[in-house]
Amino acid sequence: MSFNVPDDRRYRESHEWALPTDDGIRVGITDFAQDELGDVVFVELPDEGDSVAQDEEFGVVESIKAVSDLYAPVGGEVLAVNEALFDSPELVNDDPFGEGWMLEIEGADETELEELLSADEYEDQIA
Amino acid sequence: MSDDPRDDRARYDQARYVENGQYEPLLSEKDLTRVEIGGDGDEDGGSPLPDELTRDSLELPALSEPELARHYTRLSQMIYGIDSGPYPLGSCTMKYNPKFTEDVAALPKAAVHPDRSERSTQGTLELLYRLQDYLGRIGGMDAVTLQPPAGAAGEFVGIRVAAAYHEHNGEGHRDEVIVPESAHGTNFASAALGGYDVVSLPSDDEGRVDLEALEAALSENTAALMLTNPNTLGLFERDIAEIAEMVHDVGGLLYYDGANLNALLGRARPGDMGFDVMHYNVHKTFATPHGGGGPGAGPVGVVDELAPFLPAPRVREADDSDSRSGEPTYELFDPEHTIGKVHGYQGNWLVLVKAFAYIARLGDEGLADASATAVLNANYLASRIEYEVPYGPFHHEFVASAGDQDAADVAKRMLDHGVHPPTTKWPEIVPEALMTEPTEVESKATLDRLAAAFNAVAAEDDETLEGAPQRTAARRIDQTDAARSPRLSWQALEDDD
Repeated sequence: MSFNVPDDRRYRESHEWALPTDDGIRVGITDFAQDELGDVVFVELPDEGDSVAQDEEFGVVESIKAVSDLYAPVGGEVLAVNEALFDSPELVNDDPFGEGWMLEIEGADETELEELLSADEYEDQIA
Repeated sequence: MSDDPRDDRARYDQARYVENGQYEPLLSEKDLTRVEIGGDGDEDGGSPLPDELTRDSLELPALSEPELARHYTRLSQMIYGIDSGPYPLGSCTMKYNPKFTEDVAALPKAAVHPDRSERSTQGTLELLYRLQDYLGRIGGMDAVTLQPPAGAAGEFVGIRVAAAYHEHNGEGHRDEVIVPESAHGTNFASAALGGYDVVSLPSDDEGRVDLEALEAALSENTAALMLTNPNTLGLFERDIAEIAEMVHDVGGLLYYDGANLNALLGRARPGDMGFDVMHYNVHKTFATPHGGGGPGAGPVGVVDELAPFLPAPRVREADDSDSRSGEPTYELFDPEHTIGKVHGYQGNWLVLVKAFAYIARLGDEGLADASATAVLNANYLASRIEYEVPYGPFHHEFVASAGDQDAADVAKRMLDHGVHPPTTKWPEIVPEALMTEPTEVESKATLDRLAAAFNAVAAEDDETLEGAPQRTAARRIDQTDAARSPRLSWQALEDDD
């Protein structure tokens, strides 16, 4: 089975993605991750205004199979949280790279983004 | 008043958790004032409670006795338990609970108020003392506490005792507990809850502890290695003596998870293998009921060096034996460096009575025979099923692989064939695992019936498996919906209709 790995963003080995937007950097988990987890039933995220550090846990995703920590691909201040996930956690399964986004982080260090895997490198990892 | 309702007890009790640490009051400021008026009633002479919290009548079901009896009989027929048929959940040791243990626990003399004096409860104390002694001898441990109320609670107590021991010896810097990746999930949780960093240990190709990986994981920071033996694949860790030496050489302790003790009774003892601390799952090994949220018991045994740290109080023989009869007397005492109490009084007393009754009735030979039969039954069943069993030789349980089938579907389909399925999808070292433990209580005829169910399902197509179960009171449960939209009361169910 092959998984969608869009090349417009960067990836963390632990299956989070980071996508630069006009406001900051959007963060979520990958298609591969949502498939491994199975049906997501709950997502715990930080509050807006909280700060997160690169490589540190920023939240928890719970599926019918497992409870997993989420690791921040980049650090900064939480600009926005996808509150739709609290009522509709299935968005993470249905559209992991779009509607299933989790955080928007601002003030991230450019170099942190560069440290992450490219789409090709991430695709090799999950192959 | 502050904005945080937790700052005010009366308001906090009336607050509803919204999300992200936010609370909103269930009652308005005005409502709270009215509640505080108490029974005086409000200005209209009505209830002092807000309207939404009052009602004029109770909705009690109006049923005749036979209707009620039939309702509960029907519910009992919808479930499957060890009294209905075989229950081969691996690593759970779902033994039949002999009814005589219930009789013993139901004796009026077993109903002893725990606050009665030691002098008037000598029989109770003697039973506890003898159970400490039995368990100690069965496990090869020098001292036992009966307090922990469940296996996982026993693990936590064992880890706390190990921590107190290290702390006492000036070794409080030890902050790691090593756990094999195939271990029961509770081991990781107990170590983490005990404040330790968990180091996960990979298995070798044969499914046992990888000695090279263990060597690499051990250090001066190792507080303990947690093991179950036979392990969760049913395999005996034959390098256990070397493992014990390696752990002890770095100053660590060896913890025995008693979940699989049923495989060893009367033949081998964790204490003799070099284990320093262990818990006993009396509901698995000594046929007390599984807790299922109710009372359980998870006694902890330790070697002499750790005994001073056990929870308080324990029971011992008193020095001043009864001079008239020459009979020993018993008393409670606090171990010198005790970690404190972990449960009220002596733990779940009536569960301990059942375990005592079971051990006393079977005796040395009976326990060894039960264990041998459990191993024989597992091996017989495995030899009769067509699913592959990749790891062996195994003892009281085996892990078959469902191969190209989905283990969860296999389990659902086995229900249609009239038997309870094994544990599925774990341990992960076996793909689509079917972890099976028939225990000693099943006859050859029942094992053949179980094997027939396995083999019938093995021959079925995916469509049949995915549509199962068809013959049970409840069909396939939508686990996702149950987790996303839990309906936790009958009102919620009615709202759905």
